[in-house]
Amino acid sequence: MRHLISPLDFSVEELADLLSLAQDIEVNPEKYAHSCVGKKLATLFYESSTRTRLSHEAAMLNLGGSIMGFSSADASSAVKGESVSDTIQTVSCYADICAMRHPKEGAATVACQKSTIPVINAGDGGHQHPTQTLTDLLTIQNLKGRLTSLTIGLCGDLKFGRTVHSLIAALVRYTGIRFVFISPDELKVPEYVRHEYIEKYNIPYEEVIRLEEAMPKLDILYMTRVQKERFFNEEDYVRMKDFYILNKEKMKLAKEDMFVLHPLPRVNEIAIEVDSDPRAAYFKQVQYGVYVRMALILTLLEISV
Amino acid sequence: MVQRMLNVGRIAEGFVLDHIQAGRSMDIYKYLNLDQLDCCVAIIKNAKSNAMGSKDIMKIECPIDVMDLDILGYIDHNITVNIIENEEIVEKRILELPKHIKNVIKCKNPRCITSIEQGLDQVFELTDKENKIYRCRYCEEKYLGL
Repeated sequence: MRHLISPLDFSVEELADLLSLAQDIEVNPEKYAHSCVGKKLATLFYESSTRTRLSHEAAMLNLGGSIMGFSSADASSAVKGESVSDTIQTVSCYADICAMRHPKEGAATVACQKSTIPVINAGDGGHQHPTQTLTDLLTIQNLKGRLTSLTIGLCGDLKFGRTVHSLIAALVRYTGIRFVFISPDELKVPEYVRHEYIEKYNIPYEEVIRLEEAMPKLDILYMTRVQKERFFNEEDYVRMKDFYILNKEKMKLAKEDMFVLHPLPRVNEIAIEVDSDPRAAYFKQVQYGVYVRMALILTLLEISV
Repeated sequence: MVQRMLNVGRIAEGFVLDHIQAGRSMDIYKYLNLDQLDCCVAIIKNAKSNAMGSKDIMKIECPIDVMDLDILGYIDHNITVNIIENEEIVEKRILELPKHIKNVIKCKNPRCITSIEQGLDQVFELTDKENKIYRCRYCEEKYLGL
């Protein structure tokens, strides 16, 4: 039995198979419409989420399966003090697979130690968010036709943004990847990500303060939200949240075949006027997120169609 | 001039830990959980040492298979571990950094699941041997020292 806890749980070859399955699902959705009949997905969300929970649920429903779960810690036994280990052992008796989001880092690792069903880490605090990474990889693969030889700009909250950390960890395994980190000093990529992934794989990178400076170099611009809940103090959040706003003016500096991705939700870091630009790919990304989660559920349940 | 000599009796089975950095023997007592073992322990603090100036020595009388000494490699790999059987040294063990450290050190990341989950082992993995870096198995936060 397999779980998905970190984006590195799948090898590059396994990822290629998964992305290829997702592409087939996109083209032939009816072929997969009944592949999970009789299977149940439990969504255990101790922290609020719109996209990630609904995307997992939509994925299972598209496959003909059923869904159950809770969408906040208040609606679960966690409020009574139940441990993650006990919850997962209970849920293992009800469902065939589960997706879990938890505010504490490493919660999904704890869950998979006791689970008898596949666990999908749907985000553990500021640590990992592997299904978002799969979504990002599928989006890049579909838009650029490759995952190699790309200059990827990552902008905004690179310190607390788990989607950024997971994406970096996944991309360093492909050849010809180069990063441009665009953030204020306070929100730079943390030391462990730099050490464990970027330096270990000898990936060329540069750090810049201004978004304009990076724009002409990029094949992909990955924007992130400056998340209020990751700050200990509101003053810091207010001071930094508007530093990196993408608008039409900045888009003029970018290549014609550059694409803008964003894990969403956005607050104001991408101006609405950018949405009509053909290079704005963040809503396509949402759709790809469903396909890749369908592929993931089939893979973890070992269902071949 | 009267030479002062400290005599601690020989042990039949157990360990003699020599060349402990002076003053650290109580840390080792703690990390080896010796307070939980019903055995004879002698701690010699600030003994004279030609090589080190002063050092600590510990003698632990216990069956040799009950104690996991791996943590010593993390605390100080210069410690000499003598394994005693039938009052004789039968092995001098070379310490290496343990691949995992379980329930000895605690993750200090307040966002880590170990801060709230009951009954969860505190496990650290050696992720960089050269730089002696251990990371929490769960949140991957680097441990910054004892």
